[in-house]
Amino acid sequence: MPNVIYILLIPILPFAAFLLLGLFGRKYIKNGAGIIGTLCMLIAAALALYIAYGYFFDYGKLDGVYRKIIPLKYNWLEFSPGISIDMGIVLDPISVMMLVVVTFISLMVHIYSLGYIKGEERFPTYYAFLGLFTFSMLGLVISTNIFQMYFFWELVGVSSFLLIGYYYDKPSAVAACKKAFIVTRFADLGFLIGILVLSYYGGTLDFNELIQRLASPESNEFKTAIASSFLGLSAITWGTVLVFIGGAGKSAMFPLHIWLPDAMEGPTPVSALIHAATMVVAGVFLVARLFPVFAISAPEALNLVGYVGAVSALFAAVIACTQTDIKRVLAYSTMSQIGYMMFALGVSGYGGEEGLGYTASMFHLFTHAMFKALLFLGAGAVIHYVHSNDMKDMGGLRKFMPVTHITFLIACLAIAGVPPFAGFFSKEEILLAAYQHNTSIYWIALITSGLTAFYMFRLYFNIFWNKEHHAHGEHHGEGGFVMMMPLILLAIGAAGAGFIHFGEFVSSDGAPLASVFHLQFSIAPVALGFAGILVAWILYKKQNDKPDKIAASVKSLYIAAYHKFYIDELYLFITKKILFNLIGRPVAWIDRHIVDGLMNAIGDLTRGIAELIKGFQSGKVQQYALYFLCGAVGLLLLFIYIWH
Amino acid sequence: MTGSTFIFYMLAALTLVSGFLSVTSRQIFRAAIYLLFSLLGIAGLYFWMQYEFIAAVQIVVYVGGITVLIIFSIFLTQQAGELLAVQKAGRKLFAALASFCAFGITMLQVYQHSFINAADNNVMEASVTNIGTQMLSTTQGGYALPFELVSILLLAALIGCIVIAMRLKPVNQ
Amino acid sequence: MMEPGLYHILFISAGLFFIGVYGFLTRRNLITMLMSIELILNSVNLNFIAFNKYLWPGKLDGLFFTIFIIAIAAAEAAVAIAIIINLYRTHRSIDVEDAEQLKY
Repeated sequence: MPNVIYILLIPILPFAAFLLLGLFGRKYIKNGAGIIGTLCMLIAAALALYIAYGYFFDYGKLDGVYRKIIPLKYNWLEFSPGISIDMGIVLDPISVMMLVVVTFISLMVHIYSLGYIKGEERFPTYYAFLGLFTFSMLGLVISTNIFQMYFFWELVGVSSFLLIGYYYDKPSAVAACKKAFIVTRFADLGFLIGILVLSYYGGTLDFNELIQRLASPESNEFKTAIASSFLGLSAITWGTVLVFIGGAGKSAMFPLHIWLPDAMEGPTPVSALIHAATMVVAGVFLVARLFPVFAISAPEALNLVGYVGAVSALFAAVIACTQTDIKRVLAYSTMSQIGYMMFALGVSGYGGEEGLGYTASMFHLFTHAMFKALLFLGAGAVIHYVHSNDMKDMGGLRKFMPVTHITFLIACLAIAGVPPFAGFFSKEEILLAAYQHNTSIYWIALITSGLTAFYMFRLYFNIFWNKEHHAHGEHHGEGGFVMMMPLILLAIGAAGAGFIHFGEFVSSDGAPLASVFHLQFSIAPVALGFAGILVAWILYKKQNDKPDKIAASVKSLYIAAYHKFYIDELYLFITKKILFNLIGRPVAWIDRHIVDGLMNAIGDLTRGIAELIKGFQSGKVQQYALYFLCGAVGLLLLFIYIWH
Repeated sequence: MTGSTFIFYMLAALTLVSGFLSVTSRQIFRAAIYLLFSLLGIAGLYFWMQYEFIAAVQIVVYVGGITVLIIFSIFLTQQAGELLAVQKAGRKLFAALASFCAFGITMLQVYQHSFINAADNNVMEASVTNIGTQMLSTTQGGYALPFELVSILLLAALIGCIVIAMRLKPVNQ
Repeated sequence: MMEPGLYHILFISAGLFFIGVYGFLTRRNLITMLMSIELILNSVNLNFIAFNKYLWPGKLDGLFFTIFIIAIAAAEAAVAIAIIINLYRTHRSIDVEDAEQLKY
C-alpha cells in the first residue's frame, strides 16, 4: 500500500499552486509564476506515475483481479445513516489511468504555456486557473462518492469557464465561456436529478455500495428500483439516463455539443488540456465509473449511450470536413472521437470478453489524450507562428516549422488509425467491439473512421503543404524549446502508446483481458483510413480548384455542414423565440406587474398613510391641543348619545 | 329686577366680555389688562356669592400676583408697540368652531342635568375662622396634609423658577 | 330677567372656559397662551365655588379646592414665566411656532 500522503499530494499540489498564484501571483511572483505552477505539476505527475506503477505492478492485484482500493475516506456531511457525502480517494484501474493522463497532459500544457502565454499581463492568473482546473479534474477522477464527483464536476465547469474566458476583453471569448458554462450547467441539472434518483433507490451515495446494490439482481434495492417504472422504463434506467445527460453535456455529445467549438476562443494550450484530454472525457469517465449499473441494470440506457455516441461521431466528422478554422476542426474531431469512446461503452457488456468495448473505450481515451493534446499544441504553435486560426492563411509551413510538422503528422497518422500508431490499436478494438455487438453502430463507426482520416489530412495538407508560404517580415521560429519539448514527448506517446497491452490493466470487471488482434478484421478500417488520406492528398496537397468543385456539387449538404447543421440556430430559435417569448416574457410580466405590483401597492399604501398622519406629529403644541379638544368632544358625544 | 340680579349680570358681562377681549386683542399689554378685569369680575362674583375670603384671595393672588407677573414678563420679552402675530385663519375658524361646539354640548348637558341639592339645610358660614378650622383639622374631612404638600410645592416652584431663569455660565470657558 | 342661580354661574364658567380654550388654540405668543390658561383655571374655580354654594352649603370643601387651585396656579404661572423668559433668552422669540425642536 502506498503512503496516502503521496496520493493526496497529487490533487493538493495543483491546488496549492492555484492558491499561491491566485492570491499573490500578480503582485509578488509575476515572473516565477509559470515555474512554480510547472514544478507543482511536475511533482504531481511524478507521484501519479509512482502510484500507477505501484498499483498496476505491485499491490493493485488480488487473486489476479485489479481491486478497488480506498486509502482515504472522510465522512464529510451525513444526511442519514447510509446517505452521506464522503470525501475520499479511490484507486482502481480507470482512476489511476486518469491520474496519469491528467497530470501528464497538464504538465505538458504547463510547460508549453511557458512559451505560449509568455509576456501576457495575466500570466500568473492563467497558471492559477490551470492549477484550479487540474485540481478539480484530479478530484473528479479519484471520487469515492457520487456527490464528491458532482462537486468536482462543477468545479471543473467553473474553472473551464474561467479558462475559456481568459481573454475576457474579447467579446467572442466572453460569449463562448458563458455558452460553455450555461450548456454544461443545464446538462448538470440532469446529472443532479440522476444522482437523486439513483441514491434514492440505492440508499447510498457511495459509488461502491451503489454499484453493489443496483447492479446485483439479488439485492432488495435492485428489485424495488426495477419494479418502480415510469413511462415503461425502470427507475434505474431513468437515473442512469439522467446521469448520462450530465455526462453528455460535459463530453459535448450531440445535441449538447454546441459549446465545444465556441470554447476554442480560449488560449490554445487550454483547449489542449480541457477540450482534448480531460474535461471532455469526464462524461465518458462518469459512464465508465457507473458502468456496472449501466450494463447490468439499465441496458436501455447503455443503448442510448451507444447511439448518442455513434451519431455524435458521424455528425461531428461531417462538420469537421467543412470547417476552415483549424481549432474548430480539432474541436469537432474531439467530439467525434469522444463519440467513439461513448459508443464503445455502449456496445460493451460487463465482464470477461463481453467487456471489450469498455477496455477499448478507456484505451481510446488514453491514446486520444496523447494525440489530441499533441494536435492542439501543434495547432497552437502554428497559430503562434502565423497569428491566425484560419487555414486559408496557412500553407507550406513544413519548411518553417519542421518539429511541429513531424509531430503533427504523427498525431494525424495516429488519429487516422494508421498502424502502428496509437490510434490504430484503440480504434481497432472499438470497431471490433462494435462489430461483435451492434452492426449498425459498426457501419457508422467505419464511415466515421474514413472521414476522420480525410479531415485530419485535409487539415494537415492545408497547414503544411498546399500553397507556398509567403514569409512574414518577423520570424520568431517555432517557439523555442519549452514549446517543442511537449510536442516531442506527446509525439512519442502518440506513436508508442498503442503497444501497451491495455486490456491487461483496464477492464470492466478488473480481470485482465487478453488483447485479441484479428488481422483480417483490420483490413477494412485501415483501407478506409488510407483512402481518406489519399483523397485529402489529391484534393489538398497542391492548391487547386477541385475542393471547390466538389463542394459545389453537393452544395446544400456542404453549406449545411459548414453551418454546423444549424444546431446553434435551432438552439437560439428554441431559447429565444419559444422559451423567451412564450414563457419568459409572460412570467416576467407577471413578476413585474403582479408580484412587484402587489409589493409596491403595499408599500405605497403604507407610505400614503404615513404621509397622511405625518402632519399630526408637527411638534406644535397648539395643534396637539386642538386634536385633544376634538377628541374630547368626540368622546363626549360618543358617551352621551351612543353609549349612555 | 332686584339690585342683586342687576349686579350679577353686570359682573357676568364684565367677566365674559373682558375675557373674550383678552384672548382676541392684538396688543399684548391690553390683553393683560383685559385679563385683569376678567379676574376682577370673577372676584366680584365670589363677593356676590358671599365668599369674601375667596374673593380676597382671588384679588391678592391673581390680580395682585399673577397678572403683575405676566405684565412684568411682557415688559421683559416684548418690544413696545408691537402687534401680536396672527394665527392662520383656518386654524382660528376651526378652533372657534370646536370651542363653540364643545361649549354647546356642555351647556346642553348642564341644562338637561338636574342637580340634587344636599339634604341638610344648615348653612355653614364661610368665615375665615370656619375655613381655618375646617381646612386645617386633622380629623375626617380635614385638609392638613394637602395643605402641607401645597406649601412644599410652592417652595419647589420657587427654587425651580430661580434655577430655570438663572443665567447659566457658558460651559466652555 | 330671571333670578340668577347655579345655571347662570355654570354658564359663565363654561363660557369663560371655552374662551380660554379658544385663546389657547389661536394665540401664538406664549404669554398670551398662559393668560388663556389662567382664564381656564378661573372658570374651574368658579365652578367649585358655585357647586359649593348651591348644592353643598353645609360644607366648605369646594372652597378648599379653590384655594389649592389658586396656590398651584400661582406656582404654575411662576414656573411658566421662568421658562418663557429662558426661552426668550435662547431663541429671541416666544412664538410657539418657533418652539418646535422637540418634534425631532
